[in-house]
Amino acid sequence: MAAVVGERKITYDARGLAEPFAEAPRTAVIDADGVATFDAKELTTRTINLELRRLLYEEGVKEVVVLNPQARHSLGVGILTRCKITFEGSLGYFGCGVIDGPEVHIKGRVGWSACENMMSGVVVVDSNAGSLTGAAMRGGDLVVKGRVGSRTGIDQKGGTIIVCGDAGLMNGFMMQRGRQIILGNVGPGLGDSMYDGTIYVGGTVKSLGIDCVPGEWTEADTEFVARKLLIYGLGSPPELQKFVCGKVLYNYDSLEPSERKLVI
Amino acid sequence: MCGIAGIIYRDGAAHPIGDEMTRMLQSMKHRGPDSTGYALYGTPANGGLVMRFKLADANTPRDFEYEGRLRRHRVEVENRLGALGARLHEVEEETPYAFRVAFDYDGDLKLLADIVENIPDAEVLSLGTSLEIVKDLGDAESVHDQYGLADFNGTHGIGHVRMATESEVDIAGAHPYWAYPYSDVAVVHNGQLTNYFYWRRRLEREGRRFMSECDSEIIAVYLAQEMSNGATLEESMHKSLDELDGVFTYIAVTKDALGVAKDELAAKPLVLYESDELVAIASEEIAIRQLFDREIETYDPYEREVLVWQR
Repeated sequence: MAAVVGERKITYDARGLAEPFAEAPRTAVIDADGVATFDAKELTTRTINLELRRLLYEEGVKEVVVLNPQARHSLGVGILTRCKITFEGSLGYFGCGVIDGPEVHIKGRVGWSACENMMSGVVVVDSNAGSLTGAAMRGGDLVVKGRVGSRTGIDQKGGTIIVCGDAGLMNGFMMQRGRQIILGNVGPGLGDSMYDGTIYVGGTVKSLGIDCVPGEWTEADTEFVARKLLIYGLGSPPELQKFVCGKVLYNYDSLEPSERKLVI
Repeated sequence: MCGIAGIIYRDGAAHPIGDEMTRMLQSMKHRGPDSTGYALYGTPANGGLVMRFKLADANTPRDFEYEGRLRRHRVEVENRLGALGARLHEVEEETPYAFRVAFDYDGDLKLLADIVENIPDAEVLSLGTSLEIVKDLGDAESVHDQYGLADFNGTHGIGHVRMATESEVDIAGAHPYWAYPYSDVAVVHNGQLTNYFYWRRRLEREGRRFMSECDSEIIAVYLAQEMSNGATLEESMHKSLDELDGVFTYIAVTKDALGVAKDELAAKPLVLYESDELVAIASEEIAIRQLFDREIETYDPYEREVLVWQR
C-alpha cells in the first residue's frame, strides 16, 4: 500500500505545532530567468511552506512554481511580499490564506476557506472552489474560473471576488465592504445581513437574504465590471444585476480606527 | 468534525476497495482520530449471507471473566443461528471480540438479528448478502491491519473517521451504522442532528432498536423505516432533508447504489469526483487524491442536494 501523505512521519510539539524542527528541504532549482521550481510530492505541508518562504525571503526569488501540491491544506499561507507563485495543481483547505502582495495562479481547484483574510495581491483559480472562499478578505482580487461553494466572501471587508461559474447559498453573508462579480447563478440567501459592499450577479438569483436589495446601476458600475473582466481576460461583461445593503438592519455608525483618523 | 468518504465503481466488478478506503480515510486522520469504520460491499463466494457482530465493546471491562464470557457467547451465537435453521459455512475471529460469519438462511432477518442481540453485549454490526461493516477504535491503518482488509475486494464502499462529539468513544458509537433490520444498507454521517430525541422516541415506538447514543444512528434507522414503507433510497434521502434537523452531510449505501445528501445550510463539506469508471466522494479532496496520481476535476455539491449513483 502506498504511503499516505506522511501522516505517520509528522511530529507535533507540546502546543500542537506540526514538525517543530522541520527545515526547508532546499530542493528548488532556480533557472536562468530567476524562476524557482520545486516538487512538493514527497514533502509535508510544513516543509513545502518552509521551502516557499526560504525562496521568497532568503533567496530573494520573485517567481516560484510548485509542482504536485496534491490538494494539501494550508499551502502558500502568510506570504507578505510581492512575488509570483504558481501551483501546478489543486490546493486543499485554507490555501493562500492571510497573504499580502503575491500574485498567485492555482492551476486546479481550492478547498474550503481559500484566501481567507487576504490583504492584497491577486489569486486566480483555474477550476472550482469550496465554501467560504475569500472569507474576511480585506483587499486584492480573487478570481475563480469555475464554481464556488457556499458563503463566498463571508465577512468580506474589501477587495473583489470574481466567479465565472455558479455560487452556492448565502454569498456575501455579513459582507462589510468590497465587491463580488458572480457571472453564473447564485443560490438562496444572497447577501444575507450584509452591511455594505456590492454584489453583481449575471445569472439567476434563487432568493435574496435579509436586508439585501437590488441597487441602482451607475456608470461607475459599468466601468468597474468591464475593467475587472478585461484585466483577467474574461471577455465582455454580460447583463448584470446589482445588489446592495438595504440598511434596514443598519444600526452601526462607529468607524474602524483607520477611518476615524481620517475623519478627525 | 468527522471525515466521510465513499467510492463506487460503475462496472460492478470487484476492486481493492479495502486498501483504497484505507488510503482515503488515513489521509483524513486529522478530521477524526477516535475511531475508523468501513462499510464494504464484497462479492461473497457462496452467495449466502454475511454477518459481522461483536461480543464486547472497546470500553467493556476486561475482568477475569472476560475471555470465558466471550467464548461462551460465541458458542451461544452459533447455537442460536443453528437453532434458527441457518447453515453456517465459517466463523472467522477478526479480533477477540469481533467476528464474521458466513451462512445460508431463508427466514426473517429481523428475528435473526434480535435473537443474536439478545445475548449480553452482542451487537450485529452488519447483515446482508454483500455488506460488511468493520469498525474499531484507532486510525484507518490500524483498523485495516487488525481486520485484514488488505485483500478485501468489492464493488463499492464507504468509510468514516470519527471525532466524537455526541456520544462515547467506543465501537457502538463508531460509524458506519447498519440500517437494522434491513440487509445491505449502511450510513456514515458528518455533522450533528438536533432533533435526535424526537426521532429516537418516535422510531423506538415503531419497533426500531438503537445500540448507541450517537445521533448518526438515527439516519440509518430513519432510512430503514422509510424504505420499509416502500420508498426508494433516493426518495427517503430527499424526505430526510426536511425531517432531520441540524447540520449534516451523509452517505448512504445499498447493495447496488451509493447516495449522498447535504443539509440546507451546506455546513459540512463534501467533494465529489465523477468519471466513467467510478465516483469518489470525501470530506476533503486530499482523500480522493489518494486514488489518483494526477490532477482531477472535482466540485462541491450545493445545499439540499441528493445524489445517487448505481453500480
